[in-house]
Amino acid sequence: MNILYFLVGCSLLMALVFLGAFIWSLKSGQHDDMHTPGIRILLDDEKPEKSDLDHF
Amino acid sequence: MEHAKATSVATTCYHCGEDLPVHVYETDNKLFCCAGCKSVYEILASNNMCNYYAYNQAPGRLSEKAAGRSSEKESGLRYLDEPAIAARLIDYQDKENTIVTFYIPAIHCSSCIWLLEHLYRIHPAIYNSRIHFIKKEVTLSFKQAEVSLREVVHILSSIGYEPLISAQDVVKENAKAIDKKLILKIAIAGFCMGNVMLFSFPEYFGITDLESRFRALFGWLNLALCLPVTFYCGRDYFVSAYNSLKQRRVNLDTPLALIIAVLFIRTALATVLNSGPGFADTLTGLVFLLLMGKWVKQRTYHHISFDRDYRSYFPIAVTTLEEGKEKPVEINALKVGDRLWIRNGELIPADSILMKGEGWVDMSFVTGETDPQQKVLGEIIYAGGRQEGAAIEVEVVKPVSQSYLTALWNRDYHRENAGQNFNDTIAKYFSVAVFVVSLAAFGYWMAQGDSGKAWAAFTAVIIVACPCVLALSTPFTLSALLSVFDKKGFYVKNTDAVEQLAQCDSLVFDKTGTLTSTAKASIAFSGTLNDTERKMLASLLQHSAHPLSRHILKSMRYDGFYPLSDFKEVTGAGIQARILEHTLYVGSKRILPEGLNLPDTQGVHVVIDKTYKGTFQVQQEWREALPELMQTLQASFTLSVLSGDHAKDEKTLKAIFPAGTEIRFQQSPGQKLDAIVEKQQKGRRVMMLGDGLNDAGALKQSDFGVAITDNINNFTPGCDAILKGDSMALLPRFHQMSKDGLKIIKMSFAIATAYNLIGVFYAVQGTLYPLVAAVLMPVSTITIISFTSIATRYFAKKNKLI
Repeated sequence: MNILYFLVGCSLLMALVFLGAFIWSLKSGQHDDMHTPGIRILLDDEKPEKSDLDHF
Repeated sequence: MEHAKATSVATTCYHCGEDLPVHVYETDNKLFCCAGCKSVYEILASNNMCNYYAYNQAPGRLSEKAAGRSSEKESGLRYLDEPAIAARLIDYQDKENTIVTFYIPAIHCSSCIWLLEHLYRIHPAIYNSRIHFIKKEVTLSFKQAEVSLREVVHILSSIGYEPLISAQDVVKENAKAIDKKLILKIAIAGFCMGNVMLFSFPEYFGITDLESRFRALFGWLNLALCLPVTFYCGRDYFVSAYNSLKQRRVNLDTPLALIIAVLFIRTALATVLNSGPGFADTLTGLVFLLLMGKWVKQRTYHHISFDRDYRSYFPIAVTTLEEGKEKPVEINALKVGDRLWIRNGELIPADSILMKGEGWVDMSFVTGETDPQQKVLGEIIYAGGRQEGAAIEVEVVKPVSQSYLTALWNRDYHRENAGQNFNDTIAKYFSVAVFVVSLAAFGYWMAQGDSGKAWAAFTAVIIVACPCVLALSTPFTLSALLSVFDKKGFYVKNTDAVEQLAQCDSLVFDKTGTLTSTAKASIAFSGTLNDTERKMLASLLQHSAHPLSRHILKSMRYDGFYPLSDFKEVTGAGIQARILEHTLYVGSKRILPEGLNLPDTQGVHVVIDKTYKGTFQVQQEWREALPELMQTLQASFTLSVLSGDHAKDEKTLKAIFPAGTEIRFQQSPGQKLDAIVEKQQKGRRVMMLGDGLNDAGALKQSDFGVAITDNINNFTPGCDAILKGDSMALLPRFHQMSKDGLKIIKMSFAIATAYNLIGVFYAVQGTLYPLVAAVLMPVSTITIISFTSIATRYFAKKNKLI
């Protein structure tokens, strides 16, 4: 059962990594706007203009 | 098979979707309803941005109205070149880049997002733009060397997305609302709470001897997780309690700070000495729930007060000059470039430039300094100043900020009454009572020898005794009341004033402008005036904001004005000035020079040098339904009338008011003030309805002063509320609503007391787990918030104010 020491340590470490990720996302403003990214994803990227050299 | 070829003929505008008029505008085989829509299309087409039309049908729906005006607006944006004003708008600026956020009401669909995020195609110096769709805001980054702020706004206007700059304070205030630090603390507290619960499971389910060596591991882990919770998340409570104790006072956060400290110390001792499980779960759970409660409070309160400060408005109107003609306009409808005519005593509602006249501006509303400042032509006069002397013409250079005016108004406010409000008195005793009870319980159980129960009782009592009602129900209820009042034309200064309103039992009316409407009047003149004299009279009258001056001026025929000098207006007496080498006096006998032979008539006398010229009899129209209103009001108030006028309307007044009402005439402003003091000394709470300009002193002295406005600029900072003349009939309902508001507060106090008593009852017995107590706290918070919201709506409906 000594493995428990290691396992508990690992799980805590993983949890801390996720907490860190959340704090990072909060600080960089990901949660400020919950609505607009949903619309933005539906807008098309511009197709690159076909130049005369393309022969497709 | 025959394909029916459907040739669709366009019948609506390609840009905005409105029906096409007879004369259409066409370009690129597309039809438009107006030059504005066509020009926006051409801008987009020339920048290869026709994708705008790909996402939605007629996406220019909301913005085409703005596009049409854009060409005129170019010059109207001059104020954006002014560095001081630009500085108030932009978020960030360094050597190369500027970041600014605008509120654009025309944002309504995905095409708007697409267009505004591709602004770099129209002008490459605007290299980044980001929309917040729900808030209708766009944040732009641009290189200020290549494009100025003014050009950016012009570009936005020309494509139909004009920013609403008078709402800029809305943007700034919104940015403050989301308190990231609090969310961070909640996240960390929640994380620690979850993990502590996890590690405490073995303890809950019982550890066998086989696993007992893990007890130490979990104990230390729990302690480690308690550290960030206590010292980072709980910091605010410690700081607040410390500050309050420094002032030898106990505030609502003190017991909470104490309990957090006690729980932490106990947990630390238990872990180090290996003497038990500790209280880590209670500690982390408590801090997490406290912070959640704080967050809910912040969001709800911000929603209510935001509504109040930025969406409601001062029901004051200023006189604008449109091609020389006077027209009253409410201040929230003023635009940059409007010319305003500001008379003696009137408020300048927005930053403006002096165009004509001698500016003597009293900035006491803004800076507290009563010495008037002299302004030269072309100099900027800041919002909040009041003109003294002859009237001036100014041009608005910055949009009106009603939030700024409200803030100034509230800054002026100090508690004139010695009595603190209900909240503060309770708060003092509450915390002390909590300490006493918990220490008593602790002592009792220790005496009984059961230390476990003693500690449980101590912590449970402190946690369960929730003061949240004190912090919540009063501001919530009163703020909800304010927004109900605002919608009906009754603009109250702040929440404390509402409590004052509910306690008033005496009502004093002014006559001119309050009981009589400033809209219409019938005028009769006894005397003779030739054309020059009439013009001189008009020239003098246009500088005065007094209702009588306004009525007389409206009734006269004149062509133009003479310049004048030495203008003087004496409140309650009249006006005088020098025009064309003559001295002209207009008003009651008090302003006229001595030794004149005057007939006995009452009215507005006109005297030029030493010659009496005639008297105007002004009969103002009474407001509608006054007798009924007085009948209703009499039930809750003792009514009286103090008029600066003479007794000619005594009969009418006696007919309006119930028998035995005190009616006094010929009251000077000083006498009105004394009359109110006299009533207050008799122990009455006096509410006064008057004219903001002439009754300023009396309004300030009264417990609740209301300035009645009918499309005129008669604001005085000493009043507690502004009431639209049309809404005067609702006065009894407003009073009843404020009383109901206090009722709601008392009821929520009762609910909270019941909850506290029951909770404490179980807590002192040691039967209430501290963790359960910690959960009950947010439950009570939510109950109180819901109760006050529902109750306020109910009473508003009952009083027919919604």
